Amino acid sequence: MVIKANELDFATLNRTIRESSDDVHITGCLGQRFIAAGLSHKNITIDGIPGNALGAYLNGANITVDGNAQDAVGDTMNDGSIVIHGTVGDAVGYAMRGGQIFVQKNAGYRAGIHMKEYKEKKPVMVIGGRTGSFLGEYQAGGLIIVLGLHDDGKPIVGNFPCTGMHGGKVFLREDVSKLKLPRQVSAHTATDEELDEALPHIMRYCGLFGVDSEAILEKPFTVITPDSKNPYKQMYVQN
Amino acid sequence: MLLEGQVRIPSGCAISAMISKEGRRVNGEKIMQSMVPMHDRSNGLGGGFAAYGIYPEYRDFYALHIFYNDNSDREECERFLREMFEIVKAETIPIRKIPEITNVPLIWRYFVTPLRSVLSRLQLDEKEYVARMVMRINTGINGAYVFSSGKNMGVFKAVGFPEDVGRFYRLEEYEGYSWTAHGRYPTNTPGWWGGAHPFALLDYSIVHNGEISSYDANRRYIEMFGYKCTLQTDTEVITYIADYLIRRQGLTLKEMASVIAAPFWSTIDSRPEHEREQLNYLRTIYPSLLITGPFSIILGFEGGLMALNDRLKLRSMVTAEKNDMVYIASEEAAIRVMEPDAENIYAPSGGEPVIVNVKEGAY
Repeated sequence: MVIKANELDFATLNRTIRESSDDVHITGCLGQRFIAAGLSHKNITIDGIPGNALGAYLNGANITVDGNAQDAVGDTMNDGSIVIHGTVGDAVGYAMRGGQIFVQKNAGYRAGIHMKEYKEKKPVMVIGGRTGSFLGEYQAGGLIIVLGLHDDGKPIVGNFPCTGMHGGKVFLREDVSKLKLPRQVSAHTATDEELDEALPHIMRYCGLFGVDSEAILEKPFTVITPDSKNPYKQMYVQN
Repeated sequence: MLLEGQVRIPSGCAISAMISKEGRRVNGEKIMQSMVPMHDRSNGLGGGFAAYGIYPEYRDFYALHIFYNDNSDREECERFLREMFEIVKAETIPIRKIPEITNVPLIWRYFVTPLRSVLSRLQLDEKEYVARMVMRINTGINGAYVFSSGKNMGVFKAVGFPEDVGRFYRLEEYEGYSWTAHGRYPTNTPGWWGGAHPFALLDYSIVHNGEISSYDANRRYIEMFGYKCTLQTDTEVITYIADYLIRRQGLTLKEMASVIAAPFWSTIDSRPEHEREQLNYLRTIYPSLLITGPFSIILGFEGGLMALNDRLKLRSMVTAEKNDMVYIASEEAAIRVMEPDAENIYAPSGGEPVIVNVKEGAY
């Protein structure tokens, strides 16, 4: 069904989405929050600018946005996918624990903060452009891939990436010598075998946004992981 | 009544702004509408607007906007004003009575100029004199509060949701080259009319989303220079810091941004030598004016705006452009209301000031 979001407040809009028995196409979206929060088994496409916390606690539904999204996209999402044809604001994938997020262009600060994984639940986030500072802050699991396809000359990632990282993996399409990383992580140029883990997600990104994958893969990737099982030993307590 | 845990109140203040680099004056309709998609960021305990270029016919006079509790407060304050200023016009600010805005105080506006004789006796420049008089009224006359004191600009604020506050003050009837707006969700102080944003002193006004953790350190320092923080609210102290650093210390806007949102020492160390020296100098001279904790602010001043996030960027801010207009807001949705075809959507980094100046001579 098509929902005209013009003039609808977020509660009404979300109720309408939940009550719909089939897939949903939202038009004229402008700042309504919490769209599809906790939703499973539905495909949702959005024209316009969805408000904060798009797909929070998402539980299997698939969201596609034709436009930019704001802050906290996919906050604590559990399953499903979010595809943004544009940029996202701060804290995308905050505490994400499953599912996939694909962002065509740039992401703001704290992308993937406290992402986590458990057994088969392994979240993936691919960002096409650059990200702000504190990428993967306190990351505990999952996979973050940043492609750096932006063209404004800025670095692929802002200050203090991977601060407090203690699990998971980050791939940055950038030379390792150009990155400034905290002492508790290790980083090196990804080998072909290591890149295999990221490859299916990079291919999916290319498919979604019509990008040439060969050009992307010409440049080396840096892979970042915490440098031991207990990188913060004795930092806070004797452990 | 529902208590914490039984009800969730989605919140976080909202700010937005629009400015014409050509100095073209636009009415308040769009800036009011920009607050609608961000309605849930405020809770109805404060809203307000600052508008620049709205009083061209009185451009040489300070426009004092004053709240009074009652007529006796007004008479006392007006006696004081007559001693200190030449008053060329005194009137009530036109309002529209609407059910959403209640407990309305007396709201007056005066166009004034300092008495030359008093100025020369005190050997003060005009702006310093006006700033001191504002402090004297706000701390000395009970029931009177000056909430706007610049030339050719004005602040309009109240307890209520911002879009209602705008209708209450009939902002569609004003035309300005620059507008800022605020929707309030007070966290530490009760919501009352004086405590709504923008806060203003002379032509500097601040709208602020956040909650700074350095309030008392900043307040103790700034009060050494004659400022009186009467409202225990962080936005007031930011306003006085702006006035102190820009007007009294003569810093540029960019330098001021480097003081209040100073980069970390580790970041400073990675900068080129000249820049490193300058940042070191500013952090060393003004350590007590570093503002920590989350903030996104828009500083309005005569002929321009500056938007700034705290250095950790703990609040959101987006900027955009279209022709001669520049837009700034907490959310992109607010910008799209003002200009659906806005271009160059940009999220400034923490501590990165976005400064917009109107063409010289056009304001």
